[in-house]
Amino acid sequence: MFIFTPRQIENNNWVIISPLISVIFTIIIGAFIFKILNYPVLESLYQVFVSPFSRPDRIADIFVKACPLIIIGIGLIFCFRANIWNIGAEGQFIFGTLCAGSFALLFPDNENKFILVLMFFVGFLGGAIWGSIPAILKIKLNVNEILVSLMLVYIAMLFIDYIVRGPLRDPMSFGFPLSKPYPDGAIISKIHFPGIGFLGQLHYGILSIFVLAPLAWFLINRTLPGFQIKVFGSAPKASNFAGFNKNKITFVVLALSGGMAGIAGVIEVSANMGKLQPEVSFGYGFTAIIVAFLGRLNPYGVIFAGVIIATAKLGADNAQMILGIPKVVTGIFEGVLLFFLLAGETIQNYKISFKRKT
Amino acid sequence: MLLHIMVNLNSKILLKANNITKKFGNFVANNSIDLEIKKGEIHALLGENGAGKSTLVKMFYGLLLPDEGEIFLNEKAVSITNPKLARYFGIGMVFQHFSLFPALTVTENILISLDKNFSKKELENKISDISKKWGLSIKPSKKVNELSVGEQQRVEIIRCLLQNPKILIMDEPTSVLSPQEIKNLFKVLKNLSNSGCSILYISHKLNEIKEIAKTVTILKTGQVIDTLDTKNVSTKILAEKMVGKKVVKLKTKRSFTKTKQKVALLVNNLSRTKKNLFGVSLNNINIFLNYGEILGIAGIAGNGQVELMEALSGETTGIKEEIMFEGKPIGDCKIDFRRRLGMEFVPEERNNHATVSDFKLNENTFLTFFGRYNINESFIKKMMTSANYSYEDSIEIIKKNDVRCPHENPMAKQLSGGNLQKFIIGRSFQSNPKLVIISQPTWGVDIGAATSIRQQIINLSQNQKAIILISQDLDEIFELSDKISVISNGHLSKIKNKQNISPTEVGLLMGKN
Repeated sequence: MFIFTPRQIENNNWVIISPLISVIFTIIIGAFIFKILNYPVLESLYQVFVSPFSRPDRIADIFVKACPLIIIGIGLIFCFRANIWNIGAEGQFIFGTLCAGSFALLFPDNENKFILVLMFFVGFLGGAIWGSIPAILKIKLNVNEILVSLMLVYIAMLFIDYIVRGPLRDPMSFGFPLSKPYPDGAIISKIHFPGIGFLGQLHYGILSIFVLAPLAWFLINRTLPGFQIKVFGSAPKASNFAGFNKNKITFVVLALSGGMAGIAGVIEVSANMGKLQPEVSFGYGFTAIIVAFLGRLNPYGVIFAGVIIATAKLGADNAQMILGIPKVVTGIFEGVLLFFLLAGETIQNYKISFKRKT
Repeated sequence: MLLHIMVNLNSKILLKANNITKKFGNFVANNSIDLEIKKGEIHALLGENGAGKSTLVKMFYGLLLPDEGEIFLNEKAVSITNPKLARYFGIGMVFQHFSLFPALTVTENILISLDKNFSKKELENKISDISKKWGLSIKPSKKVNELSVGEQQRVEIIRCLLQNPKILIMDEPTSVLSPQEIKNLFKVLKNLSNSGCSILYISHKLNEIKEIAKTVTILKTGQVIDTLDTKNVSTKILAEKMVGKKVVKLKTKRSFTKTKQKVALLVNNLSRTKKNLFGVSLNNINIFLNYGEILGIAGIAGNGQVELMEALSGETTGIKEEIMFEGKPIGDCKIDFRRRLGMEFVPEERNNHATVSDFKLNENTFLTFFGRYNINESFIKKMMTSANYSYEDSIEIIKKNDVRCPHENPMAKQLSGGNLQKFIIGRSFQSNPKLVIISQPTWGVDIGAATSIRQQIINLSQNQKAIILISQDLDEIFELSDKISVISNGHLSKIKNKQNISPTEVGLLMGKN
């Protein structure tokens, strides 16, 4: 029988060290997996973990890939800090994108970039609406938010599928389920560096991270609502004792994280796709859950975590192209990484001893 | 001949505890306890909270091991190292809180907990047999969530009886039952005892003990005070023995000026239905409290203290007129609003209720102080207040109340219980409140801290503040209070002046069903 005794003294350095150790362990396990699958170990590890950093444009692409993960992850911090389990960021991402995209398509000839501001607004609203459904059901009927938010993912997926095959299908798409292209104004352009040109797919949407992360940090650490979220998450009874409204907190965190997922969707699609299609997200909403935890529920930590996970994803692409390693290995890496993260957190908080069962 | 054997059987000692001592750290929970339970006898164990009843029976059931002393079963020394072994020895226990799976049927619940293997059909028949034999009517195929509390208890009893126990330990069995269910339970227990099964019955309800038990052992502060035959003893004497002789000594002379008495708090017929199975409903509670007075509310834990505290503090709200503070109806106001009017609260649970364990002290100060900063500023400015605002208040609370910290601004969980309590009480006094309601202020606190906490409470009332002190420590109630009342099963007894009520009377009220 394992016995868990809480640790008395906490060493703050471990908050940073433990995720790093998790990454190292994940690499070691990865080596074993490659070995078992009979791939060249060092070459595979190089492709997965190093090659994404080998050229400036590849590094730029890491940030492009990380961008939606980070933005969704920052939103999820609010939920997870409040101990509210929003598993449906994927659905909120899709619905926000769908709302913003439909809005953009209302103005087919618009060339004014101001429409992007409105799209951010509509996208945020769409995501927030999708996120507030589990909130309202939890508040009114005490329904578990994990189930509702997760199930709403599939509703959102099928809904956007229907929309791009039906009402918003481009008649010129040769039967493909695609919407008309966004108007020029609704496109987020790539960053042109003078003298260098474009760096991979690097676009102006990336800059939003450097606005949103400090904003989120400020909200959590320097405002009353941020304090309420933290208290509610760590001690609901203390939150009630202070006089905080738990329904309000539940609603706000779910709507806010939904809205952030919506914004992530707007940036992702406006920068990289330029139109609506059945698949606008590639599991970003789910991966962002890991990103949020890997980043220790800290907005700046989430930026690093997003970059790490994006690196692994791009690395897996490379490994597939060059060595023929199936892309699903990223899924394994994510799982293993999450496992070590949680284990690290447990070891950090508890002393574990083994006692034979009597 | 037969009669002779019966008598012999009846006088035979089944379970004997010899000089049992159990310590938790420096705290002695059981101090050389001797106890004898005869075969077929209903033996009651009486005592206040913390008297050591539970610790003792946990050792009988193998959940704890004694540090010193021995347990004899049928005159043979045994070491009961785990509950499975206890069951093997013929010791069964029904806990106060049941351990049943609501979604499973009665049979299934019993099946998964048995040490022996049965087929479902076989077991179902066995359950029916037992339930018929002992009058424990129950349908084996019913799901537990469809059962009343009394029926759930029957499931627990049947579970024990299936193992053919020689002795059955019942921990506060009537605390969740209705009067009718209690009657049924007593019938069952008497039948069991007549058939030769001994019963160790833990309770603090005096009438019940007189009704059901043959012998009663009274515990106080971990020691056996007396073992008595219930026939020859009145509930009054039982109460006296349970609470002990209370020595009332005041550390500070309280100069009590009767001149400027103003009504602080009025509670009119406050009632609340319980939120869950093990909660307590509050019934028509009336309180009348003047400034400069301390009202002590005594009572055994779990008789509605938590619910009363929640209702008075505004953690749960009700009808407007139920609670009047300085003539203002506030029954429907939330806790933060009541704080702004000058009320402060110290709930019983220090960790993660009065404070957040993982938060630093300045953040824990902010927890109740947040409404005080930027009070007349714009909405935006109010939203921008953070725990950084409360550093100074936090440091002042620590200094004023001699809160001993490992470093300048530790987390709440890094403080010892006594120091954390000094911080919590200091925090509630820091805002210069008009009325403070304190629940179990010295519970689990060492003597030094307890004394200084009591001194703080007295000082506050000297300044013409109104105080309600909810405590299970009778010494404390008598030492501090001007008026005394007792809460029992959600009822609050009539408030009396301290001069007009004796500890024995309080003990009797505490043990009232």
